[in-house]
Amino acid sequence: MVKKGESIVSDDRFDAIIVGAGPAGSIAALTLAKAGLEVLVIERGNWAGSKNVSGGRLYGHALEKILPGFAEEAPIERKITKERISLLSEKAGTTIEYTDESFRKAETASYSVLRSKFDKWLAEKAEVEGAMFITGIHADEMIVKDGKVCGVKCGDEEMESDVVILADGVNSPLAQSLGMKKELAQAETAVGVKEVIGLEESVIRDRFGLMENEGCAWMMAGFPSDGGIGGMCLYTNKESLSLALVLTTSYIGQSELSVPQLFERAKAHPVVAPLIEGGKLLEYAAHLVTEGGYNMIPTLYKDGVLLAGDAANMVINIAYTVRGMDFAIESGRLAAETVLKAKEKGDFSASTLSVYKQMLDNSFVLRDMKHHLAAPKLMEHTELFTKYPVMAEEIFSEMFAIDGNPRRHLMKFAMPALKKSGGIFKLAKVGMDALRAL
Amino acid sequence: MKKMSVDDKLGIDKFYPDELNPHIEIDPDFTDEEEIMRVVKACPAELYKYENGKVIFNHEGCLECGTCRVVSGGKVVRVWHYPMGSMGIEYRQG
Repeated sequence: MVKKGESIVSDDRFDAIIVGAGPAGSIAALTLAKAGLEVLVIERGNWAGSKNVSGGRLYGHALEKILPGFAEEAPIERKITKERISLLSEKAGTTIEYTDESFRKAETASYSVLRSKFDKWLAEKAEVEGAMFITGIHADEMIVKDGKVCGVKCGDEEMESDVVILADGVNSPLAQSLGMKKELAQAETAVGVKEVIGLEESVIRDRFGLMENEGCAWMMAGFPSDGGIGGMCLYTNKESLSLALVLTTSYIGQSELSVPQLFERAKAHPVVAPLIEGGKLLEYAAHLVTEGGYNMIPTLYKDGVLLAGDAANMVINIAYTVRGMDFAIESGRLAAETVLKAKEKGDFSASTLSVYKQMLDNSFVLRDMKHHLAAPKLMEHTELFTKYPVMAEEIFSEMFAIDGNPRRHLMKFAMPALKKSGGIFKLAKVGMDALRAL
Repeated sequence: MKKMSVDDKLGIDKFYPDELNPHIEIDPDFTDEEEIMRVVKACPAELYKYENGKVIFNHEGCLECGTCRVVSGGKVVRVWHYPMGSMGIEYRQG
């Protein structure tokens, strides 16, 4: 990799410049370099991955198509074989666990990953194919001539190319500067705060009931987000846990507590505290998460430019699962395929690049995002985060707590609990909305 | 796990601080307490403080998430950039 300070031959013109060395950028670079194009990736971090954070789970299918058997070689943490979902009230938690043998198959497997390590590996894969990476350099501005993007400016240095792929993450100041992407709306954007907590490998296996190299993904709704839209997620890594709190930004200020305080409070919850007991903080991180789904997809192409991954708001959060990295990988690949088609025609205008949108429409990326179109609305049923965890507590605490007092029939205590949470019709409505959205 | 302050958490992270170039500029004359408090509560790194009716900000320790910019909607945070290349947070886990 070319480091800051070393000179880049500035009169060199590239076929494509990619901004950002995350999964979208590196896969686009890999695909283009493999086809023989001159590709430059500009990364502001000191190395690919050093600015990158995610909740922690990669659905492997998209990368499996490009690099079959990648998990054998890539620095993945654990293969997820155990799914847990919890509804947390202040003092109690109701948990569903699902374990499935088929989660072990490569086509459906998902993996916990630590992006700093994983993205570095992925960038090296693109480098081996001939893509050039410069790191430690921030792409400051787009070069636009006659309405057409034809490169980027880094400080005083101008770098030109036929096309630019912006894979510079959720904030994407460059896509915003081109008017392709609006400022992130508060109601559609969440803040994620994350700790990577070190624990011994054997402790993780014992604590979560795991076989070697296998892992658990755990989503928790209710108490952690304090009534706002959000939740907590936990992923087991090899020798650490990724624990994150995600909270919609429009809710901030409605709670007495700050985001870091809510995170500390959630860590002390009786379901969470034993999981992290004895752990040692290895890293504290924060990242924005777009939650608007399909309706938040920005302008994906313009003359000489394409958006991929987080820069294109390609994330879905449907409570029991959060996806972004598989979308990033597929959109990076399709952006590259689009550039190859444009290169063949010798035309990088918006009308040629529009094939990108068509390919995305026909891919799982926009199909799945469209499919879950109603998910952001479902999350607006705040009962999910407030009343239902309490309802579960009221029912189960009476079911399981034996104290010698006279027992009551389930009907006697379940119905009032249900009524208090908004009633059976409200529950049925939320249930129906869930069936439609998920 | 013992409770930790945000300062202690940031102490574990690795930074290449750029003391001379704040990459975020605030409006020091902005005084709406409610708006300021939203930004104070939002910042995962607790870099915003509300003192004597004013907002005080220090860019060192920034996790580069963008939350303050989104939450303030142009009011408290006037200019938001990433730090210069190679500066700022360096994630070793991610």
